[in-house]
Amino acid sequence: MQGFAYEAPSSLEALRARLAAAQGAGELTQVLAGGTDLLVQMKQGQRAPGLILDIKRVGETQALAVDGDTLVIGASVPAAKAKAFPLVAEAFPGLAHAIDLIGSSQIQGRASLGGNLCNASPAGDTIPALIANGFEAQILTAEGLRTLPVEAFVTGVGKNALAAGEVLLALQAPVPGPRSGDAYQRFTPRTEMDIAVVGVGARLTLDDAGVIASARIALGAVAPHAFLAEAAGAALVGTRGEPEALEAAAAAAMEAAKPISDKRGSADFRRRICGVLVKRVVAQALERCTTEGAK
Amino acid sequence: MSEAMDFKVIGTRPIRPDGVDKVTGRASFGADFSLPGMLEGAVLRSPHAHARIKSINTDKALAAPGVKAVVTGADFPQVAAGAIEGGEGGGDFADLAGNVIARGKVRYHGHAVAAVAAQSRAQALAALALIEVEYEPLPAVLSLDAALAESAPLIDEGLMTSGLPEPAAAPSNLASVIEMGNGDLEAGFAEAALIIERRYQTPTVHQGYIEPHACVGRWGQDDQAMLWCCTQGAFDVRSMTAKVLGQPVGSLKVIPSEIGGGFGGKTTVYLEPLALQLSKKSGRPVRMVMTREEVFRATGPASAATIDLRMGFSSDGKITAAEAIMAYEAGAFPGSPVGPGTMCVFAPYRIANFRIKGMDVLVNKPKAAAYRAPGAPQALFATESAMDEAAQKLGIDPIELRLRNAVEEGDSAIYGPKFGPIGLRACLEAAAAHPHYTKAKDAGVGRGVAVGFWFNVGLQSSAEVHINEDGTVTVIEGNPDIGGSRASMALMAAETLGVPYESVRVVVADTETAGFSNVTGGSRVTFATGMAVVEASKDIIAQCCSRAASLWSTDEDMVEWRDGAVHPRPGVNVEATPLSLKDLAGQAGRMGGPLLGKASLNARGAGPGFSVNLCDALVDQETGQVQVKAFTAIQDAGKAIHPSYVEGQLQGGAVQGIGWALNEEYVYSPDGIMENAGFLDYRIPVASDLPMIETQIIEVPNPGHPYGVRGVGETPIVAPLAAVANAVSASAGVRMTELPLSPPRVLEALDQA
Ligand SMILES: Cc1cc2nc3c(=O)[nH]c(=O)nc-3n(C[C@H](O)[C@H](O)[C@H](O)COP(=O)(O)OP(=O)(O)OC[C@H]3O[C@@H](n4cnc5c(N)ncnc54)[C@H](O)[C@@H]3O)c2cc1C
Repeated sequence: MQGFAYEAPSSLEALRARLAAAQGAGELTQVLAGGTDLLVQMKQGQRAPGLILDIKRVGETQALAVDGDTLVIGASVPAAKAKAFPLVAEAFPGLAHAIDLIGSSQIQGRASLGGNLCNASPAGDTIPALIANGFEAQILTAEGLRTLPVEAFVTGVGKNALAAGEVLLALQAPVPGPRSGDAYQRFTPRTEMDIAVVGVGARLTLDDAGVIASARIALGAVAPHAFLAEAAGAALVGTRGEPEALEAAAAAAMEAAKPISDKRGSADFRRRICGVLVKRVVAQALERCTTEGAK
Repeated sequence: MSEAMDFKVIGTRPIRPDGVDKVTGRASFGADFSLPGMLEGAVLRSPHAHARIKSINTDKALAAPGVKAVVTGADFPQVAAGAIEGGEGGGDFADLAGNVIARGKVRYHGHAVAAVAAQSRAQALAALALIEVEYEPLPAVLSLDAALAESAPLIDEGLMTSGLPEPAAAPSNLASVIEMGNGDLEAGFAEAALIIERRYQTPTVHQGYIEPHACVGRWGQDDQAMLWCCTQGAFDVRSMTAKVLGQPVGSLKVIPSEIGGGFGGKTTVYLEPLALQLSKKSGRPVRMVMTREEVFRATGPASAATIDLRMGFSSDGKITAAEAIMAYEAGAFPGSPVGPGTMCVFAPYRIANFRIKGMDVLVNKPKAAAYRAPGAPQALFATESAMDEAAQKLGIDPIELRLRNAVEEGDSAIYGPKFGPIGLRACLEAAAAHPHYTKAKDAGVGRGVAVGFWFNVGLQSSAEVHINEDGTVTVIEGNPDIGGSRASMALMAAETLGVPYESVRVVVADTETAGFSNVTGGSRVTFATGMAVVEASKDIIAQCCSRAASLWSTDEDMVEWRDGAVHPRPGVNVEATPLSLKDLAGQAGRMGGPLLGKASLNARGAGPGFSVNLCDALVDQETGQVQVKAFTAIQDAGKAIHPSYVEGQLQGGAVQGIGWALNEEYVYSPDGIMENAGFLDYRIPVASDLPMIETQIIEVPNPGHPYGVRGVGETPIVAPLAAVANAVSASAGVRMTELPLSPPRVLEALDQA
């Protein structure tokens, strides 16, 4: 690992100023949240920043609150805190599970959702859950703030929509209403300490008659970045999640998936597992609509 | 030994003496050692699986900041061919030297080409990038089929197959052939009511020890050298390193650190000769530590194997004939464990008509190293899968089928000698009665049974027992403690001497302090080094008796050792209070000096180890994922000196075997680069993948050991491969013959079912 400078600005203004200065000076800068991706990548020689900017002292990145109808999770909030936040645990059990899959307790003491998202691994576990739940990314720009839906934030393998000098500040989503439920499952050969071969997130909401009124299904590890499988969701709307509806959603997801073959699985295998997981995840989310979500 | 032996401390479960240091992080492992002025070494490794080295230029690296020395193959002597004795992997010194650093040719991706020592690791790594190597890439040979093909590229142009009836006419990648047989094979098959004939395949796997290889080497101006390293055998490191460097054995002192796992993979040398040569050139001590990636790319895999098996059975389940044609990948140099594989493949059974052929085959992969019962897991995976299928087809309970064929005391083993008392039948009977076997299976679950076997070895060991002036005991021996052997040595010394366990301290000493001992391997330490400790303790007892007799002015045969003290024999008319170790040690200065007992021996009579494993597995029919729901390991330990550490061996072997069966494998790119050289994608099981591994120790004492011990370290990994595969086959409803049983492979099989 090469030598580097480390700084930890303690306000938004200081962070913005430091980013601008670094950009002006052409310093290779890397934002640090938990460092559980970044440090590994530096040790493996994949990244060699000249400046590391730790954002954990910027209060906005540590926010964890319900603001009216909106859940806000600061970009550097550690996974352990985020998953234990009552609203996350109660109304977003799928997201909470996705967070809980990251590494181990030790890793979760540091790893953030913001880092998971910015790292933009096709297999990042929280990303499909964030997309399914309609999260938006709140971004600090040179002039102010902008927001982007998470599905537009990830743009490629390890690539995100941040321009030079921009930083992710927080993630925010509407608090779900009644008769709504989410779920996330991933497929890995091992039970833990593994990387998703396929990840599927879903958020469903039912109308008073128990018919699916809205359905968002997001897929991970089957394309260069996680994405919203709109046709899969559409296949469920207007149904009660009957077996044929699940089959149709699975078929649509498999159609939308563009997996590669690599050491973690062939394209065919991934596509097939994607179909299986969509059915299982939708069934689980549906169950939550009528139980937990029904409050 | 008598079966009615009444033990005082043997069979109890005291805390191991190295335990506190290990759980508090105070124990020193290979990478923990440092010396003033020490340099950091790093290795340049081949980017090709197979290539000729046309030139190496190290000038720029030598001139780089902080660099003190660079070595290449040209800095090492040519080593003459000669068999390596006493190790577990076997092999040849010339091949060992060629594996330590390439000369002329690189034979696998990761093969060491040069090494640098610099003031910091960063400087050493930067210098590696400045070494200019010109390669002429050659086609890589990556499978048994490719290696044995007619026009296969030759990995070693001079390699003539040994073991053929006629001398080989031309070089090939087939290093050697082994054949054995007995009876009339075809007549046996003609008698059979059922013949199982299949090809079984197992992948290249790694031992997966958690501690990477590490050492510090210091060359002295007087040409005396010292090595601190993590190893399973300091004496083997000494002889191998001396050979690779062309130095006399006595000029090298090796000090073993604590060891974070080896499983056979630390019975050879990789970094040690490089570190010493760099130290010699630089005049400074040099530390070398592998990364996990280097461990995968350049150290000890276990051989991938292909076994064509044919077994015939009478309708009542007797084996009428058996044939095995076994090809094992040696890696880039000869020496796969196909030899022991051929000896193990049918070892558990009485078979009158059989033929076995083994082939040791070169491929462009790292040189295979020993891994727990080398060669046996692959072999028994085949046989025990066939036994399971036969049981199914004959409608005979799988344990019953094995009981009908099991070897017993007095039977001639297929590999030659007559079995003494052995525990196969006892293990099978215990398995049949075990609650795991008698309780009903859950829906969808498959249950698998398999037998395991390993010879166990004796070899050479030494021990000293020192009685300190207060009567406490110091045992000095030379076998690195991997599985709790200090505790077992202390228990055997305490039992023999009649003193408390707590008063015995066991020291694992360096090559100049302890007498010679072969590696910690072959499941030999509790057996052979334990025997040396017992004999050295008996030497102490003899000296104590002699001293007491002279004190009491009587003859030695008038006194006896009982309960930790010398007593006059019953009926002998001597007025005397018994003399304890403490009494006699306290008077040593007046009575012939320090009490020091010694033993060195070549242990004969190692007792073979048999096991039976039971596995329940559930296959997810939609994804091919396997869940191991229950696992029971039953094994004959002869006598469990410390039952907890025997159970630990059974559990650890089961877990490694489950990993081998389910997910572990080297994934290679078409040009021979391992694509999963890390623990993220080389999947050893994690705790949540496993059920509690239940154990049951069977004790059929080994008459070759004073307390009945037989080795227990290796047998545990032999049965799990087939136990898991049989369970998966049952749950999936399709016979699985190729490992690992990863989800894609199982799903594919389900499709074809
Ligand atoms: C042992 C282990 C197991 C793991 N298991 C999993 C797993 O099961 N599933 C999974 O998805 N991941 C896993 N990970 C990966 C990692 O822990 C997660 O991706 C984690 O969420 C990253 O968060 P972090 O805060 O540590 O990110 P960091 O390492 O701090 O940052 C990651 C990247 O994002 C950038 N970045 C971070 N925050 C911002 C920001 N606010 N604005 C702009 N850029 C930013 C950084 O510059 C860096 O490039 C594992 C990692 C380890 C070491």
